[in-house]
Amino acid sequence: MGKSVLLIEDEPNIIEAISFILSRDGWTVATHSNGHDAVGVVESTLPDLIILDVMLPGKSGYEILREIRELHETQGIPVLMLTARGQVKDREMAERAGASRFMTKPFSNAEVLEAVRELVVR
Amino acid sequence: MVRDTLTGSRIRERRVMAGLRQAELAREVGISASYLNLIEHNRRRIGGKLLVDIAQVLGVEASLLSEGAEAAVIATLREAAADSGSEAQELDRIDEFAGRFPGWAALIAEQHRKLGSLERTAATLTDRLTHDPHLATSMHEMLTMVTAIRSTAGILAETKEIEPEWRNRFHRNLNEDSRRLAESSQRLVAYLDGAGDAGANLTLPLEEVEAMMTAHKFRFDALEGAGDEDLRAFLREQKELTSRAARDLAETALRQLRADARILPLDEMRATAADGQVDPIAVARAFRAGLPAVLRRLAVLSDEILPQPLGLVMCDASGTLMLRKPIEGFPLPRFSAACPKWPLFQALSRPLRPLRQRVTVTGRDARQFDCYAVTEPVGTLEMNVDPLYHSYMLIVPVDGSQGEGREVGSTCRVCPSQNCEGRREPSLLTTGI
Repeated sequence: MGKSVLLIEDEPNIIEAISFILSRDGWTVATHSNGHDAVGVVESTLPDLIILDVMLPGKSGYEILREIRELHETQGIPVLMLTARGQVKDREMAERAGASRFMTKPFSNAEVLEAVRELVVR
Repeated sequence: MVRDTLTGSRIRERRVMAGLRQAELAREVGISASYLNLIEHNRRRIGGKLLVDIAQVLGVEASLLSEGAEAAVIATLREAAADSGSEAQELDRIDEFAGRFPGWAALIAEQHRKLGSLERTAATLTDRLTHDPHLATSMHEMLTMVTAIRSTAGILAETKEIEPEWRNRFHRNLNEDSRRLAESSQRLVAYLDGAGDAGANLTLPLEEVEAMMTAHKFRFDALEGAGDEDLRAFLREQKELTSRAARDLAETALRQLRADARILPLDEMRATAADGQVDPIAVARAFRAGLPAVLRRLAVLSDEILPQPLGLVMCDASGTLMLRKPIEGFPLPRFSAACPKWPLFQALSRPLRPLRQRVTVTGRDARQFDCYAVTEPVGTLEMNVDPLYHSYMLIVPVDGSQGEGREVGSTCRVCPSQNCEGRREPSLLTTGI
């Protein structure tokens, strides 16, 4: 069984595409699509990597990330943040919140795969 | 209280000085507003990276927040000397200067900080002017669709062997996303055309009044004891008010705020809000004031006397918004009609019967607010004449997500809500199409 990735994103077709790409590359992919209980899902599944969208219904990706970084069990999990805004300020906010990597939409499949492979050594 | 336990108080002081709202600072450093509120009231200890981040956003040395003034004054003097680009200062005598002339040293340091604060304010205002929040939301949705299309198309083009079931599913997704993108693009163009037309009408009297109010942050303390002639003289000096109509409207609004201030004085309101919370009905009872006056006064003073600013909207019986004090997370439409589900409009159908309603704003943030709304008749009541009405709504942010609230939007054009019976026109946002 491959290393696990938790994809937290609310756009169904992006979820489907990224899940497909990563599954084909040997990753075990779980998905979640709202911000409300995302931290609880992270705590219960303890994935090897989290791909986290910034704009989520219920709670922003930044808030979720900060909470993940405050919990002992989850603070070390690498997080790849996805956002539609690529300004320096957004990148800095992601870094301050504790993001391991920041990726601006629209990204290519190859970029996602490369980032995931770099963030988790298999 | 020992020195370092006041770090939160210093953060609050500096934040207010920098003109930042609690929610803005919290967002900048990646924490919740409620957590920042606890820090600012010294109920949570703070240090390390978070303190450095907050200091950075506030444009001060972390030591100023953790240690107090003296060390920070010297550090700020060094900064001021460095920023001036001049080499005339005796840098090796800064400690001596601060020691011998603490008042002058503090003044120079304060001026330097104010300069930095003004520069940041100018940058923020420029940023706000160049970024239309409706447009930004719409562009975000479009980029999300483009991402889905790019990723799906990439899979179809680059995957050599793909099961028919998956291929069909991705073709269907591609077709669906392309159609949504095309429709959204057309609507975005229509919106931009409309925004261009609306820009030509920026000098409507009501908008001039709103611009003047915003420029003064809705505070006119110096006019509270002023007579009518002084008030009119003040209005003649306001550059935002270019027309007689705008000045007349502004005079009516300021007379009302002045009357509110006389009934609900700042010091007494501050004491009422000492614990950071207020109940408008209790305030109305305590001051024997009308609820509309209390809602207006709370909105105007909230930036100073409450932990977070409150928003306010007022409309007439036609539903036309006549006064807007914006609040983060509850977008108030500028050029188009507002969401018919706002409690503001419900209150119109039940004059003098206030209502309080928890609402959840549609969209990805889904922020919650408590809205207090009431409608009152305008002018003197006359026999056999139906009065005209004004409706007011105070918008109070709710920390976190606390139960269900009625879903409300800003305006149909940018509201993602589906199956809404109040929808007047299609949404620009994909989820609403």
